[in-house]
Amino acid sequence: MVIKTEPIILNIGPAHPSTHGVFRMRTTLDGEVIVEMEPIFGYLHRSIEKLAEERTYTGFIPLTDRLDYLAAMSNNLAYCLTVEKLAGIPVPERAEYIRVIIAELQRIASHLIAVGAFLQDCGAFMTPFLYMIREREKILDLFEMVSGQRLTYNYMRFGGLSQDIPEEFLPALRKFVDQMPSYIDEYDQLLAENEILLARTKGIGILSREMALNTSASGPVLRASGVEWDIRHADPYSIYPRFEFEIPTGMVGDCYDRYWIRIQEMRQSVRIIKQAMKQLPPGPVRSTVPWLIHPPVGEAYAHVEAPKGELGFYLVSDNSIAPYRCHIRGPSLINLTALRDMVVGWKIADAIVIFGSIDICMGEVDR
Amino acid sequence: MTLVLSTEKLATKLEQQLPGSIIKSNKDNLLVNSGFLFNLASFLKTAPGLEFDFLSNITAVDYYDYFEVIYQLTSTKHNHSLVLKAQCYGRDNPVLPSLVSLWRGADFQEREIYDLMGIKFEGHPNLKRIVLWEGFQGHPLRRDYLSW
Amino acid sequence: MEVGPTGRYIYSDVDLDQHEGEIIEALKANSQQPLPDPDHWLQGKPERGIILTSVEAMLNWARRSSLWSVVCFPACCSFEFIATAASRHDISRFGMEIIRASPRQADLMITAGTLTWKMAPSVKRIYDQMAEPKWVIAMGACAISGGVFQASYGVTPGYNHIIPVDVYVPGCPPRPEALLYGINMLQNKIAKAEIIKK
Repeated sequence: MVIKTEPIILNIGPAHPSTHGVFRMRTTLDGEVIVEMEPIFGYLHRSIEKLAEERTYTGFIPLTDRLDYLAAMSNNLAYCLTVEKLAGIPVPERAEYIRVIIAELQRIASHLIAVGAFLQDCGAFMTPFLYMIREREKILDLFEMVSGQRLTYNYMRFGGLSQDIPEEFLPALRKFVDQMPSYIDEYDQLLAENEILLARTKGIGILSREMALNTSASGPVLRASGVEWDIRHADPYSIYPRFEFEIPTGMVGDCYDRYWIRIQEMRQSVRIIKQAMKQLPPGPVRSTVPWLIHPPVGEAYAHVEAPKGELGFYLVSDNSIAPYRCHIRGPSLINLTALRDMVVGWKIADAIVIFGSIDICMGEVDR
Repeated sequence: MTLVLSTEKLATKLEQQLPGSIIKSNKDNLLVNSGFLFNLASFLKTAPGLEFDFLSNITAVDYYDYFEVIYQLTSTKHNHSLVLKAQCYGRDNPVLPSLVSLWRGADFQEREIYDLMGIKFEGHPNLKRIVLWEGFQGHPLRRDYLSW
Repeated sequence: MEVGPTGRYIYSDVDLDQHEGEIIEALKANSQQPLPDPDHWLQGKPERGIILTSVEAMLNWARRSSLWSVVCFPACCSFEFIATAASRHDISRFGMEIIRASPRQADLMITAGTLTWKMAPSVKRIYDQMAEPKWVIAMGACAISGGVFQASYGVTPGYNHIIPVDVYVPGCPPRPEALLYGINMLQNKIAKAEIIKK
């Protein structure tokens, strides 16, 4: 007997427990298989780019925190690098080392949430997430020692940092860095050979190498598809050439590879922090910069390897106290271009897992 | 280190290939004639030795007389980068060719430029508002947008 | 929207977007003034005061000791709320560990993030679906007044333009301890509410 079916349109709407933030997918379903998917966002469009034109250069730094709010130090760093490139401001050695330590700590914190939320989407409701938050709270304690804030730090300035690290920072960092590899091993032991995780993520949502390059994916999404492109190696900024670290690269480009890469990147970040701590010189942490800077007329584009991908700022200056135009190249927005092709053909539950494995943050998508 | 390609040599080479396409070669970017933009971009994507397979960023800036759209291209194979600029005139109906058929990564970025600046891209499969809702009047990121 | 041969609506995504855009513009036009805060409990009758009957006291104790909140997580404050619910600052000691996305079984909405006009109809729909009695905590500067983004064209200047708010917790983002203090204030407010109407 032939049953006549029709496709239905299901709205996996903006307020949903497993869309990371306010993201909406308008899916057309044939039974439970997704036939067509349209991503809709803009529910968090706070016009940060327009607000840049009315704030001074320094006054915009707190707004950059709110872009990718899970990795706020990386956003600060990217913006400060762009203005330093535009205005030609040098940065002292000690500030460069502390910036690298902070950026790598932020990478660990962001990947902890990414992996925890991904596992929550896979079905392990709160257990891995609470384990990851336990580690993340230690990192947030370190950041609170340094900047006074837990989530939106406003710590980097043009020409260095806003203040030096306090005395109790380095012993606490040493204690954290000594313990962290054992925690990562604990997660690996619980999860790497877990049957349910392998069944739900191996072979699901494959992004081929050509498609990843064509859709300008960056960060762990690009590296999982086999392209060895990390801005810290390919186009280094700050003092990254002085450190030795590997770039984990996946082979297949499925959800498991993206998860595995994040775990390996956490290990590499710990390695970089250990090297930076050994080489940390004394000295000033900020070069003398006027309160209101007037960069010369021109434009600059600088990018960093944020935890989510390639975060870039494009600034146009007309020698006044505010930028003429500030554009933010948000990695989460551009990583989403491939989502439709990754999801079509799979079921709804797989779509949630695939979406979780890309790891986006809506503050960057909508800006 | 990503090599930023020298624009004079590249400009002469591209002029030989597609005459009339380069308007001006500045120190770190190439100003391109918008009619030739699509052909130039496909040449840059496929030519051996250039092979720009990664489109990093598309941005639009509003200088009151004209709009300028900036393309940042990178080659992961050869590790070099290039910046292209294209200008379009007129505030009522500025139009540029779309590069979505070459690099799919241009999809959401061109839609956002249409939404916030009002520049239309010909050949884009799905040009509609992306971060603002349908029915929003105006294009907010233009310099003469009055919101109150 | 037209009706197809089987009796169902035929959607085109452009029509759907335009329909939603009309809803957003209508809500924006109607919500230019903030709604009054529900503070009538502060002006209670002097002879009644705040001495409640034992039945009311017990009902209030039950209501305030297990507030179940609905998921409303637009932006950055959501991660401070998640940190409050996680292992270090445990929200479960106040009976609130159930944070489900289902509005029908919720009685508290902690609005953790900036509200944009595009999101406003969805939040209002979630609030309308919650069953009485229900309370709202506006968490963070963006929820109180639009915060850092008040000058933006797309941001609602505070949740109290579309839903009535009971407790405001300032901060950007507020620390978990601040949020727990706000929840405590809400529990004190519930303890003094008069339920039984004579």
